[in-house]
Amino acid sequence: MKLRDHVGPYFGGFGGRFVPESLIAALDELDAAYQAAKADPTFAAELDELHRTYTGRPSIITEAKRFGEHAGGARIILKREDLNHTGSHKINNVLGQALLAKRLGKTRIIAETGAGQHGVASATAAALFGLECVVYMGEVDTERQALNVARMKLLGAEVVPVTVGSRTLKDAINEALRDWVANVETTHYLLGTVAGPHPFPTMVRDFHSVIGIEAREQVLALTGRLPDAVVACVGGGSNAMGIFHAFLDDEGVRLVGNEAAGDGVDTPYHAATITKGRPGVLHGARSLMLQDEDGQTMESHSISAGLDYPGVGPEHAWLADIGRAEYRPVTDAQAMDALRLLSRTEGIIPAIETAHALHGALELGRELGPEAIILVSLSGRGDKDMETAARYFGLLDAAAGKDSA
Amino acid sequence: MSHVADTIRTRNAEAAGALIGYLPVGFPDLDTSVDAAVALLENGVDVLELGLPYSDPVMDGAMIQRATQTALSNGFRLRDGFEAVERIRSRVDAPVLVMTYWNPVVQYGVDRFAADLRNAGGAGLITPDLIPDEAADWMAASSANELDRVFLAAPSSSDARMRQAVEASRGFVYAVSTMGITGARADVDAAARGVVSRLREAGAENACVGLGISTPDQVADVLSYADGAIVGSRLVAALEEGGVAAVAEVAAALATGTRR
Ligand SMILES: Cc1ncc(COP(=O)(O)O)c(C=O)c1O
Repeated sequence: MKLRDHVGPYFGGFGGRFVPESLIAALDELDAAYQAAKADPTFAAELDELHRTYTGRPSIITEAKRFGEHAGGARIILKREDLNHTGSHKINNVLGQALLAKRLGKTRIIAETGAGQHGVASATAAALFGLECVVYMGEVDTERQALNVARMKLLGAEVVPVTVGSRTLKDAINEALRDWVANVETTHYLLGTVAGPHPFPTMVRDFHSVIGIEAREQVLALTGRLPDAVVACVGGGSNAMGIFHAFLDDEGVRLVGNEAAGDGVDTPYHAATITKGRPGVLHGARSLMLQDEDGQTMESHSISAGLDYPGVGPEHAWLADIGRAEYRPVTDAQAMDALRLLSRTEGIIPAIETAHALHGALELGRELGPEAIILVSLSGRGDKDMETAARYFGLLDAAAGKDSA
Repeated sequence: MSHVADTIRTRNAEAAGALIGYLPVGFPDLDTSVDAAVALLENGVDVLELGLPYSDPVMDGAMIQRATQTALSNGFRLRDGFEAVERIRSRVDAPVLVMTYWNPVVQYGVDRFAADLRNAGGAGLITPDLIPDEAADWMAASSANELDRVFLAAPSSSDARMRQAVEASRGFVYAVSTMGITGARADVDAAARGVVSRLREAGAENACVGLGISTPDQVADVLSYADGAIVGSRLVAALEEGGVAAVAEVAAALATGTRR
């Protein structure tokens, strides 16, 4: 079987459905609706049309020549998901699931969000389709992504700050699951990454697979061959699965995921789930996760809210296990340097999440040399991160900056 | 023979049914949680459901979340759970089921967990986020150690899933009263009655209702059609507000609901 043909509930020993019995009927209903939609050409046509006229697909690729000079001279090609409506890849999955929610007759969607990008995309789809929308967001994240909170509210969504646990993405998912159990009849849980119980990991991946399908053709057209490596940042892993999927059976193409290493993987302050985690059950699936000896989930740390998650999607755990993809940690400082470098060499300010992949590309380019072609998932734009970046580089108070250069 | 099933059967013979009480280990501290559990069993609670605090309790409402988070902040370790079972069982001869989310069991080792629970005198496990479909390891380990395994059935469960829950469970089947999470409710959902009758049709001997039950009248009402009534948040709230004495008092009051 081709790697690309694998679907849930299990990817090797990972995946499954570890949720309260109350949710099983909803997951079955969703799975059935998704299978029916997949077999229905009108669904694909509707989604394509939305992507063409609303998202702005296909997204372009941009060759980053000046940035590439810092990557050992390798050809760096950016897949510009930052140019999508709402500013990141998240909209691909959201529009797919929102269409499904409508097919299921649901009138309300709920979502969790870390960086706020998935919440913004969900609020956007809710506005477009006339659905009620509630977004759960860890209180810590509402503070560091205040701009996105305002965007969601302007779009008509209710944003609920989650004040329990570590008050970040993992707790927002718990709260969304609790809401879903209680309101499953009217409500679709629009999960924002390739994690969670089956069918979410497969379905969310499929909705994002358009990234890799487009990029594979675009790179072939531009360079006449497949890239040597495909690089993406990994939080839950949706943009990475989206761009990896079309390349899974291209043996010569290395797949590299960059996880958030925070202060460093040898400190307690990181979110490098695959590098440092162990198999376990979190948020409805068996995968790799950061946990203590007793199986209590550990708090993750990253400057990037969207990567600040102690779990990862089960398909990534499997790809790591079988050695098809490799996962490397990138620290806060490395990511922020890459963010500034791309801004200054290409005039593109990426999201801090995305900057982890950009550091990954710099590292890989230096290893592979000037002959290499590296495709990078430019998963989102940096507007939402301006406050964090401005503070980090001291741009608000010119006298006290780290930015002496 | 299941101590839990026996107890439920006996209570249905001599009274309206069984009262099952939940408290988490380690709240407000280990010693007090043991004393409070013993107080429950000495004041009319028939079966103890002892919760192991977990970092991501998706089935729990605000009250139980707050208590288990306190226990975790105070340094709760899994081994405290086994110690608590042992200490409670040395003081009262009543069945003690442990309620735990699945990951801690996986990390401890399913077989090792089952063996240690049995050695501590525990009766079995209630597993809110483990469905029978994913439970092969636990089915084997619980059978090998003669432990009860309590799976959940919900208003949304299909008939096939009801049958599966009945066949997989030992001790009793946990009938979820409402589509929701733990927490006291003014009305125990009418759906509970439907879940219990569907479980009976699926062949359940013992079906106990949980979620939302907090008053003696609700206990009495539930026991008019079910074999047991499970009370959690109300007891945790009593412990938080008034300590062990309050738990004893609330338990005794709830137990009046088991009279026929
Ligand atoms: C721009 C961007 N990239 C990446 C991520 C990480 O998510 P995932 O790993 O699911 O792609 C996020 C999440 O919020 C994001 O906003």
